[in-house]
Amino acid sequence: MSNHLAQSQHWLKALNESASQLADDQHAKFMEVCGTHTMAAFRCGLHSLTPDNVTLLSGPGCPVCVTAQGDIDQIIKLAEIDGATICTYGDMIRVPGQSSSLERARSEGADVRVVYSTMDAVKLAQKHPEKQVVFAAVGFETTAPATAAAIKLAAKLKLENFTVLASHKWVMPAMMALLASGDIDIDGFLLPGHVSVIIGTEAFRPIVDQYNLPCVVSGFEDFQMTQGLARLTQQVVAGKAELVNDYPQVVKPGGNPTALALLDEIYDTCDASWRGLGVIPGSGMMLKSEFDQFNAAKRFNLDFIDTPEPAGCLCGDVIKGMATPAQCKLFGKACTPINPIGPCMVSSEGTCQAWFKYNRIAKPQLQEVPA
Amino acid sequence: MNNTSEKSTPSILDRSRIVLAHGGGGQLTDQLISEVILPRLGNETLNELDDAALLDSGRLAMTIDSYVVDPWQFPGGDIGRLAVCGTVNDLAVSGAKPLGIAMGMILTEGFAKRDLETILDSIQQAATEADVRIVTGDTKVIPGDGIFITTAGVGLREPSIKLATRYIQPGDKIIINRPIAEHGLTVMLAREMPDMQTVLKTDAAPLNGLIDNLLNAIPDDGVKFLRDATRSGIAGVTTDIATNTGYHVMLQETDIPVDAHVEHAADMLGLDVLEVANEGVVVAVVKADVADKAVSVMRQHPYGRQACVIGEVQDTRDGVCEITTVIGGRRIVHKPYGEQLPRIC
Repeated sequence: MSNHLAQSQHWLKALNESASQLADDQHAKFMEVCGTHTMAAFRCGLHSLTPDNVTLLSGPGCPVCVTAQGDIDQIIKLAEIDGATICTYGDMIRVPGQSSSLERARSEGADVRVVYSTMDAVKLAQKHPEKQVVFAAVGFETTAPATAAAIKLAAKLKLENFTVLASHKWVMPAMMALLASGDIDIDGFLLPGHVSVIIGTEAFRPIVDQYNLPCVVSGFEDFQMTQGLARLTQQVVAGKAELVNDYPQVVKPGGNPTALALLDEIYDTCDASWRGLGVIPGSGMMLKSEFDQFNAAKRFNLDFIDTPEPAGCLCGDVIKGMATPAQCKLFGKACTPINPIGPCMVSSEGTCQAWFKYNRIAKPQLQEVPA
Repeated sequence: MNNTSEKSTPSILDRSRIVLAHGGGGQLTDQLISEVILPRLGNETLNELDDAALLDSGRLAMTIDSYVVDPWQFPGGDIGRLAVCGTVNDLAVSGAKPLGIAMGMILTEGFAKRDLETILDSIQQAATEADVRIVTGDTKVIPGDGIFITTAGVGLREPSIKLATRYIQPGDKIIINRPIAEHGLTVMLAREMPDMQTVLKTDAAPLNGLIDNLLNAIPDDGVKFLRDATRSGIAGVTTDIATNTGYHVMLQETDIPVDAHVEHAADMLGLDVLEVANEGVVVAVVKADVADKAVSVMRQHPYGRQACVIGEVQDTRDGVCEITTVIGGRRIVHKPYGEQLPRIC
């Protein structure tokens, strides 16, 4: 532990030194695209330690936050079907749909269970053949393999009462779409360690090649995140744009071939709707048609629901790094963790909740980001 | 996108029915108490919302708690041990010596008698340890699953003992008696991952002996406030201190003892150890000049070997609880919402 502390201090010093070498009018803005990074940064108070001319922004990395409003409404609608049991990860329970949430549906009699692993949902289906168990699956490359494994197991067990409502996403197309839109003004990416374990560092190469932006793959400990920020700032000062893997213990250039093969076996890549970002081509994972019997949308004939985002909610802009939570007029007033309006406030990985919980509500250097 | 007033965006979480988080001891419980219960049942004693009500000019303390833990048995204890310790501790932090406990049991049809015997033996063992007796009780059986226990306790106290947040002043130190978050994580692992091998066990313990020693050793109102950090964890207590006093509470993360296994389990489930429940942790606020003595008195007791100062009350009137992190950053500590939900990844 003390070794990690020494490393954190070393990298904070390095970060400050590099920051002092930035031009007078230069403000280095880096983006992380991982909910766990968002949480880790706030939990260790990283924002209070970064120099005034270095900012870490949160991009589209919180799985709940980027899930389109319509997808959430679909899950809630499923929960209201008689005999259905919805299994999902804890963060989804309180996400508001247009007129309800899973928490509220549960209080009105729906059978909604929080599971810690997809296998728990499969076990539940095995144990209760009289129930239709639906696993509401969200998340990126990190959680998609677990859903895939559950589908394979359910197929092997010939379960007729287990389905998945999947809205899994690929993170890289969203990053590229964000860059292509020109909507963001950043100087580099702190790349997500967990996603990188699956897809490998080389998957991010186009960001460096096409947009000349420094990229550093980072773990989630204090010392790893401070290192990542320092190394990004050093690249900016040196005028470099390199793809650096600072998490080599677990991240390999080509990723995890087994997990990638599993994704390939179960999912087809499709267009997907992201909150705040709209439809991004090639950014979604849909179950291959041979697994239709495990596709909840097919089993229950669910139509796509196109729900507008809540009025006044800036979650979309927050996800793009274009607005800070404090710039949203709902933030901390109408929208709080106890009464969330947008998904960024309901998810513990969401930027708004992290801001509300761990940050001073008005922090000067973080408000400089243009609206 | 911005042209709609915030009033036109009602939260769909307008709760017309009870949700699990209403019983979690967090913000939603507070809301239920202040908006639904107190308007109907409030009186000057109940409105204090302390761990125990003080009656007969402070000579008598009375408390009640219900236990619905699932599973009823977990490493290091069971619902019976909790039911005694929780009520004894609520009396102890009010400065009272437990006189007797009343117990109501709601059993469900089909519950194994042998399991009931195990629970009753555990109740007796904890009661003996806490030097208190079960003096009256009631038993009901309903259809369903599991067992629910309610215990009410009555205790005697010196009316001169002053323990409340209103006595807290800037400069006072915040002390805890042992490492945090063990109980909540033990139960959560036992419930959600029953097949997992773990060394974690509940910290459930009667703290009346330790608290008695502390109050005897520190005279002259040196101890300002005591609370057992159960649901909502340390965060629940320290944020209440900040809110109720209006002062700034500053915690030091490096000073808060957390077992390494606990830290790993919390990381795995995506939970903040500050927000996880304890059943054997007391938070004490004491005058700065008796803090060292308070720590050493606690350390002489088996349930206080790792007692230490974890923070202080500061003279800024913002009612905020903040923590200095291991790497020297700062962040705000909030009262948890109520239902602990594990994160996605």
